[in-house]
Amino acid sequence: MTDKIQTKKTLLIEDREYETQFTGKFERRKRYTIADPKKLYCVIPGVILQIHVHPGKKVHRDERLLVLEAMKMENQVLSPIEGRIKTIHVKAGTMVPKGTLLLEFE
Amino acid sequence: MKRSTRALRGGGEKAIEKQIAMGKLTARDRINALLDAHSFQEYDLFVEHRCRDFDMDKKSLPGDGVITGTGTLSGQGVCIYAQDFTVAGGSLGLMHARKITKIMDHAIKMGLPIIGINDSGGARIQEGVDSLAGYGEIFYRNTAASGVVPQISVILGPCAGGAVYSPALTDFVFVVDQISKMFITGPEVIKTVLGEEISMEDLGGARVHTEISGNAHFFARNEVECFHQIKKLMTFLPGNNTKRPIPQAPAPPKAKYSIEQIIPPEPSKPYDVRDIIRAVCDNSDFFEIQQHWAANIVVGFARLNGETIGVVGNQPLVLAGVLDVDSSDKAARFIRFCNAFSIPLVTFVDLPGYLPGVDQEHAGVIRHGAKILYAYSEATVPKVTVILRKAYGGGYIAMCSRHLRADFVFAWPTAEIAVMGPEGAANIIFRNEIASAADPAAMRKQKVVEYTEKFANPYVAAAAGHIDAVILPADTRKFLLHAIQISKQKTETRPRKKHGIPPF
Repeated sequence: MTDKIQTKKTLLIEDREYETQFTGKFERRKRYTIADPKKLYCVIPGVILQIHVHPGKKVHRDERLLVLEAMKMENQVLSPIEGRIKTIHVKAGTMVPKGTLLLEFE
Repeated sequence: MKRSTRALRGGGEKAIEKQIAMGKLTARDRINALLDAHSFQEYDLFVEHRCRDFDMDKKSLPGDGVITGTGTLSGQGVCIYAQDFTVAGGSLGLMHARKITKIMDHAIKMGLPIIGINDSGGARIQEGVDSLAGYGEIFYRNTAASGVVPQISVILGPCAGGAVYSPALTDFVFVVDQISKMFITGPEVIKTVLGEEISMEDLGGARVHTEISGNAHFFARNEVECFHQIKKLMTFLPGNNTKRPIPQAPAPPKAKYSIEQIIPPEPSKPYDVRDIIRAVCDNSDFFEIQQHWAANIVVGFARLNGETIGVVGNQPLVLAGVLDVDSSDKAARFIRFCNAFSIPLVTFVDLPGYLPGVDQEHAGVIRHGAKILYAYSEATVPKVTVILRKAYGGGYIAMCSRHLRADFVFAWPTAEIAVMGPEGAANIIFRNEIASAADPAAMRKQKVVEYTEKFANPYVAAAAGHIDAVILPADTRKFLLHAIQISKQKTETRPRKKHGIPPF
């Protein structure tokens, strides 16, 4: 892995465009996106052990949705909102990397 | 076979062959290659481990997998240890650790720099918690020695798990391409626990630590080049915090660096600030540290009139020279090293400010950016600042301004010391006039020109006494030499305290 410097770029700071070069790290920076409250993502990589809900089920805030084994611990994944489950994107037994879309609300 | 012959053989022929096949020197060859010829005095050659579990009592490990001793490097005394990968993979047990801590204690007592060559598979599992105790004792001494004697870590093999924290606590970390591997958790664990696949090289190889993580300071293509880098670095450093670096013969900069030709007149155009440094320092010899990481700031050692100085400079060539999370960390650490070892600081300023962006804000640019303010304010070594071009807003304050107690602040006629760049300032101050003008674009342009003429210069700050002199670029070296010379007896006291609380 290398971090090659990208040449001939412009950087806008306080209404002035600067001619400069970018670092690889700067190029790879994560663009900010507004979080969608209807989508639940995995915050830590692990294995889905149990799924306690099904599409169409109405859930209240803090209700248990799934159990995720991560870092040798069983983690309860609770509902961040009150709503109805639209789709579940994972199955019990699957290994999920960080950032995986677990389920969506209606 | 004689006891000493057996001990000197390390892990034996086969293990040595394997070591060499990996492109690595043996621990003993490394020490001899780095130190002055025949200067190495070994200690504790006959130390043996005391582990009685897992049939370890039947095993003999020559030197317990580490070679320790003293010697000279370019004539200066140093303490050194090198882990021997050919002996039980250089694994660290209690006696191995005791050999290291003994030589570290020696270094602190004698006021000698300590060089640690790391090449180890990690803790010796058979020794259990004793090997953890060994690491802990090393970390404690690294911290005790910090700011007392220079500490150098050389990673010439694996350095994984807890072992990485000794290098992390030291002042300068050297890595070699394809040989150095540093990580907390290895690729296998990452794969089984997290399901993420990555090679050792991509996870914690030499390039990763010099370009991405910033954990290492120097990258070399092979061990010989690495040893040259260490020898060169040591010439700039004192033996301990009560000594000064040994002065070299003064030499003028090389003629090819013509200081007036380097900076473009437009403030938005880039140049390489290292050319400015080379145009003023002895022999144009600038020894850069962490060259490949956070390249938007440049730090390193040079000499003025034969004496070591620490140089910090914004680098307009990369990210317009902004301060951000990484560049603040890089500069702050370097400034604190220089202050601890009484090395005067020379700062070259040309920056548009802090890097805007959600990623920076969320990464804690406030806390990280504060480190540079802390480090400069805390430093009581002679501090000389040269403002080359832009010095806007918070960036102006952070880059060793008078307000952080710079002893001398010089500005070139091209300096712009202002609360922000003319475009940004005009857009805010004259917002209504621009909006209500018949031709807003023309009005904006006119207001930018007005603001530039009035404020984008060094004279407003000079009138307030925030800078000491406006100097011609060609006179920069002359002013620096004078400032450093006249600051030799500098004493500056601060309120008594146990220690400050920098925004780590």
